[in-house]
Amino acid sequence: MARLVIMGGGVAGHTTATFAKKWLGKDHEVVVVTPNSQWNWIPSNIWVGVGQMEKKDVVFPLAPIYKKAGIIYKQALATTIHPEGKEGDDTPFIIIQSTEEGSVGETETLTYDYLVNATGPKLNFDATPGLGDGSGQMGSNTVSVCTAEHAVHANDELTKTFEKAKAGKRQKILVGTGHGTCTCQGAAFEYIFNIEHEAKKAGIRDMLDIKWISNEAFLGDFGMGGLHMKVGGYAVSSKLFAESLYAERNVEWIIGAHTSKVEEGKIEYELLDGTMHEETFDFAMLIPPFSGVGFKAYAKDGADITDQLFMPNGFMKVDAKYDAGAYENWKASDWPETYQNPSFGNIFAAGIAFAPPHLISKPMSSPNGTPINPTPPRTGMPAGIIGKAVAHSVCDMIKAGDDVELHKASMAEMGAACVASAGKGVLHGTAAAMTVYPVVPDFEKYPGTGRDTKYTFGEIGLAGHWIKHILHHMFIYKAKLKPGWTLIPE
Amino acid sequence: MIKEELNFAKNDEFNLTMLPGKFALAMRTCKIWQFFRFMVINVKMLIVVSKSH
Repeated sequence: MARLVIMGGGVAGHTTATFAKKWLGKDHEVVVVTPNSQWNWIPSNIWVGVGQMEKKDVVFPLAPIYKKAGIIYKQALATTIHPEGKEGDDTPFIIIQSTEEGSVGETETLTYDYLVNATGPKLNFDATPGLGDGSGQMGSNTVSVCTAEHAVHANDELTKTFEKAKAGKRQKILVGTGHGTCTCQGAAFEYIFNIEHEAKKAGIRDMLDIKWISNEAFLGDFGMGGLHMKVGGYAVSSKLFAESLYAERNVEWIIGAHTSKVEEGKIEYELLDGTMHEETFDFAMLIPPFSGVGFKAYAKDGADITDQLFMPNGFMKVDAKYDAGAYENWKASDWPETYQNPSFGNIFAAGIAFAPPHLISKPMSSPNGTPINPTPPRTGMPAGIIGKAVAHSVCDMIKAGDDVELHKASMAEMGAACVASAGKGVLHGTAAAMTVYPVVPDFEKYPGTGRDTKYTFGEIGLAGHWIKHILHHMFIYKAKLKPGWTLIPE
Repeated sequence: MIKEELNFAKNDEFNLTMLPGKFALAMRTCKIWQFFRFMVINVKMLIVVSKSH
């Protein structure tokens, strides 16, 4: 009997675990280690953050789902990896620390035959002074929608801001990225437009100054270097599409910005031209930068081998080309295909946890040397597809030996469908429905735009909202492993 | 006065982009048109999903 241990229970980890268990059956063990007791459909946190959904609508308990599936569930935080085992015993293992009520802090050694790192990111609030509280958590100056709890808090604060506006006090709202290296601009994009939509519904839009701040070099970059889509017979840049959406809603923007300091009601930021500025606010939602969760890895003799498994930013090394060099040398083939760690063939990474070879957007920095560029997105559909490919590979290795051909899921050969809400409502809501193919542009295959414009498109409308709402229910249904769950694609 | 075009004058950056007119805005929430777009977008997304697995 082999044991597959998956660290993380988000989109990538949950997909890997559930498919692996389905394919391996009762002959092998699948163990999920996650510090969270609940699964969260993160894309709908936006609606929790504007009071259009409750926390219970976007989360569900993991334990009963894993019990039903026959997956061993450990509510714990993985802390160290020992891929060579220990003196006298070659069995690799990880150390986990319980987060379950009644046993918090208790440690356990968990051996594995195969290990998948699907932890997602650490929300690195402390990278920007004042954005965090100094102990790794979100500070009190701004809000976030990265977790369901954060979104509930964001809605509480937004409600107070709306009340002040209703009382006749003009309010300044600032939404965007809290550092020069953030990703997930899409979540902030959805949140600012949902705030604007709710303000209109509440009749207080005229009392709000709403402003966007982002590390993107241009609006519509989204960490993918932007995209081109066919509209009215033209192939147009997402820059024009995004700028139009902001201008239409009277939302001003600050771009190419590194938020360098956050205080109560004020941020300081540096622009790509090196100049420093300030912006005041009454309510701000700033996305933190992501980093790896900070695992340590040790050899059999206790030597620190963290650098064999992880990049300095904490994300796991996989089969990517990390020495591609300057932007001019970047190729689609730099991107990983199998997500196998080059030093240990029984370790894989999936979702945000893998280290990308480089940015997708063109690297930028200010004259002061401050990098101001979005990091590559790898959430949602790519995370699910990668998780499934990794599950396939591990199952094949368990059943047929380690020499089998591994399954591939390169982001340079996969597309992504993204539906960004611009306001909730069955009859009057809208969302930008977009597809991009491939996620990582391939300028050798598609000279010009780097992508296939037959399959890269975007439009805003009520239909997009319907799709977003259906996806909410469909993916929670799938994650709960209800009948036919495997028929719903990642 | 064309209400939909007022935002062009609010900001130099706004002035350099495009704004939807009355017809485009109405189509965004026109139930019949959006039902049609719903079908089209779903087909396009399914194609991208199928090419990605």
